[in-house]
Amino acid sequence: MTVFLIIVVIALLGLTFWQMSKILKLSNSTDHDSNQVANNTDNKNQGYLMIAFVSFLYLLMAYSFWNWSDLYLPEAASEHGKDYDRLMFISIGLIMFVQVITQFLLFFFAYKYKGAKGRRALFYADNDKLEFIWTIIPVIVLAGLIIYGLFTWSDIMNIEDDEDALVVEIYAYQFGWKARYSGEDNTLGKANVRFIEGTNVVGVDESDSYAKDDKITTELHLPVNRPVLFKFRSQDVLHSAYFPFFRAQMNVVPGMITQFSFTPTITSEEMKNSEYMVDKVKELNQIRKEKSKELVANGDVALDPYEFEYYLLCNKICGISHFNMQMKIVVEEEEDFNSWIAEQEAFGESLKKEEEQKVTSNN
Amino acid sequence: MSVSANAAIAHDHHDDHGHHKETFITKYIFSQDHKMIGKQFLITGLVMGAIGIFMSILFRIQLAWPEEASWVFEMFLGDKYSTDGVMNPDAYLALVTIHGTIMVFFVLTAGLSGTFSNLLIPLQIGARDMASGFMNMLSYWIFLLSSIIMLSSLFVESGPASAGWTIYPPLSALPEAIPGSGTGMTLWLVSLALFIAQSLMGSLNYIVTVINMRTEGMSMTRLPLSIWALFVTAIIGVVSFPVLLSAALMLIMDRSFGTSFFLSDIYIKGEVLAHQGGSPVLFEHLFWFLGHPEVYIVLLPALGITSEVIATNSRKPIFGYRAMVASILAIAFLSTIVWGHHMFVSGMNPFLGSVFTFTTLLIAIPSAVKSFNYITTLWKGNLQMNPGMLFSIGLVSTFITGGLTGIILGDSTLDINVHDTYFVIAHFHLVMGISALYGLFAGVYHWFPKMFGRMMNKNLGYVHFWVTAVGAYGVFFPMHFIGMAGLPRRYYTNTNFPYFDDLANVNVIITVFAIITALVQLVFIYNFIHSIFFGKKASKNPWNSNTLEWTTPVEHIHGNWPGEIPKVYRWPYDYSKLNKEESDYVIAGQDFIPQDVPLQDNEEELSH
Repeated sequence: MTVFLIIVVIALLGLTFWQMSKILKLSNSTDHDSNQVANNTDNKNQGYLMIAFVSFLYLLMAYSFWNWSDLYLPEAASEHGKDYDRLMFISIGLIMFVQVITQFLLFFFAYKYKGAKGRRALFYADNDKLEFIWTIIPVIVLAGLIIYGLFTWSDIMNIEDDEDALVVEIYAYQFGWKARYSGEDNTLGKANVRFIEGTNVVGVDESDSYAKDDKITTELHLPVNRPVLFKFRSQDVLHSAYFPFFRAQMNVVPGMITQFSFTPTITSEEMKNSEYMVDKVKELNQIRKEKSKELVANGDVALDPYEFEYYLLCNKICGISHFNMQMKIVVEEEEDFNSWIAEQEAFGESLKKEEEQKVTSNN
Repeated sequence: MSVSANAAIAHDHHDDHGHHKETFITKYIFSQDHKMIGKQFLITGLVMGAIGIFMSILFRIQLAWPEEASWVFEMFLGDKYSTDGVMNPDAYLALVTIHGTIMVFFVLTAGLSGTFSNLLIPLQIGARDMASGFMNMLSYWIFLLSSIIMLSSLFVESGPASAGWTIYPPLSALPEAIPGSGTGMTLWLVSLALFIAQSLMGSLNYIVTVINMRTEGMSMTRLPLSIWALFVTAIIGVVSFPVLLSAALMLIMDRSFGTSFFLSDIYIKGEVLAHQGGSPVLFEHLFWFLGHPEVYIVLLPALGITSEVIATNSRKPIFGYRAMVASILAIAFLSTIVWGHHMFVSGMNPFLGSVFTFTTLLIAIPSAVKSFNYITTLWKGNLQMNPGMLFSIGLVSTFITGGLTGIILGDSTLDINVHDTYFVIAHFHLVMGISALYGLFAGVYHWFPKMFGRMMNKNLGYVHFWVTAVGAYGVFFPMHFIGMAGLPRRYYTNTNFPYFDDLANVNVIITVFAIITALVQLVFIYNFIHSIFFGKKASKNPWNSNTLEWTTPVEHIHGNWPGEIPKVYRWPYDYSKLNKEESDYVIAGQDFIPQDVPLQDNEEELSH
């Protein structure tokens, strides 16, 4: 595949150079009879090229939408995600409508009114009515979009004090993530990077009684249909916690705690078995298989087959390994979540263990 | 002209400035002549542009064929930045950072607005030179110094700045976080501080010149739109660049003197840093207080140039002159109160997010007015398809395409999931990168005869335009789709996420288009250099244009006009104006009336 593509590129480059050399010759021979200002023939040719170009643009747009629309993320796996997608599709529809019309007018006029000897341009300096119309139309349309957008925005960002919400801290560092569950009291213990020591890798305040039942994990498990309130904390530089499948993102800022809340609605199992994902994973594995063949031929290890899992990734440049800073997310039924969280060790317990170890080693 | 008038002119000329002998050094190097300074800015900008575009090709190759060895990397990056011919992640980050910095500041700010403000302001308003020729010269030399410092940072041991062109701390403040934040970052900051100084010197000069030195009759409402755009651009620059300087100074202090403006609670490399109480969000505010107006500093000159080129080549007045001026002013005003749309998910108060959504989407209104006015200017015109005109039409096209996706990014809700993805890259490259470059090219093709007294080859210009136009859309239209798939920007490779495996072929397509587009710029460079020396000699007014610069002789002289400065009697857009009987043009057989031609008996006076 890659070899083929390289050949295509080289062929295209060759073509470009060949064309350029031809054009150079062409331009040299016409130098003597031209003052380098567009003449009638130029106007005509360039006018036709305008039509050719707008056709190319339409084809490119059609091709892109036809082939790559399915690259859009699968159905949103969070409650607010549905509103997000609706607003997104309305906006895309609207801008593509304007795009198709204005590009057509632009290039069609460029073609239709291409210069010709004896043509007289219309002296048309202004028209208040027309200008008023195309000021007021965007005003109305944008007002609609703004109002719709702002309602959705305040729905998403206004975090109500929900007793039921699960409080989880997402902790970012170069180059990974940790999750801290608040335990039975549903309150996170105090934390600061100044408490980092030994096994206390996220800097929880050992003297805070709320911290005893906190649970620190390397995977993020979430119960389905229960609101989750995320508190974000960074250890070193800016990161951004990006949950594409949940239409959620928040920067993680050292020195302050940022927050975001959403309710997952589709479990990992359901997402894996959705029609979209089954097709997608099949296609991905096909690509991986082909790539593996190449790799094996070169004496490398083949790629593992892929199975879909939700993930959290870093979306703010944070250093050399920014491109590989991820955490697996599992959305599951409440009871599965409860049994998983029960297995995790509480912060107080791991602290105790550490003390004991110290004592025994000192003896 | 009568003989007596000529005598008077000669006398006037003598009074204005005595002739002084020019040596090679005062003429070409330490020149205080605005035309020469404009050319110096242009050529420096083009050199920087070639470097910036070349860098983008290097990292596009890495993105299309991740972690594959290539002789290109071995040759240009060397062993240090490419192990066995495979680009290293730190080289990748350095390349995207310096590409962004060079293109935004050194090419599209200094190369575009620096060139055309210097060239056009005195010529189009009817002035002998800038208000302060010396400050103007200083501005260029500081710009050159800052360019050299920026380029020299590529060669320092720990590597150039690599925290992204937005240099958000703490990443940019801590050499422990990324090697590029060592000496490389220091040089970056020094270079930018100098850049800001030169920009302010230039801008103040432009503002003073436009306000004070217009020729008789050149009222503000008779200014060509190019001057309006450059004038307003200078004002935005004066308002916003100092804020970036303050941000840079505070960052320098955080880095070198242990202050904590932007740093707090940091544990890195096994150690807690002493910094306490600062906030990176403050830096983001300061950065984008310049950063967003910067987009319009880049774009407005391009729009101004386009207005001028489209009107001239359509042989029609620009449609809605007053609306165009009002749009420029509205865009300039709004541009200073929208910076927060870069920070919707920064942790800033969500209420601020809603305010910034509101102001951001308001910008769409003057932008829409401008686009519609351009399209209407073409309507029923007599379009002369010179290369400058083609690039202007191209600009309107990419401005619309890129501007429309701004409606998605400016909406705080929709921004959540496309923030910092390739959707953003596609958006801003089309709306400010490609559009502004088209404006730059349009300006170069259009005013080349004024700058060098020769014409550029039009056929090479056509090839340059069409391949670039196809290539630019080929690069950036597909990019929206990989952004919608949730692909983050500034990833060295996407192979760590198998979910992105099916985006690889789109990335290959993008890179192929990018390489072709970059290569065709060689045609432009060839045409540019070749035409300077061997181009067809230009006539005085090759495009039959109305503005004052075309009343100056082809040969450059110090002071621009050999005689008296022409008086202005009309606005610059009297193209194809008919006489009272509508039997012929006002000047029979000539479809344009230059600004220095008095009102004729057979024409109606219109107020525009």
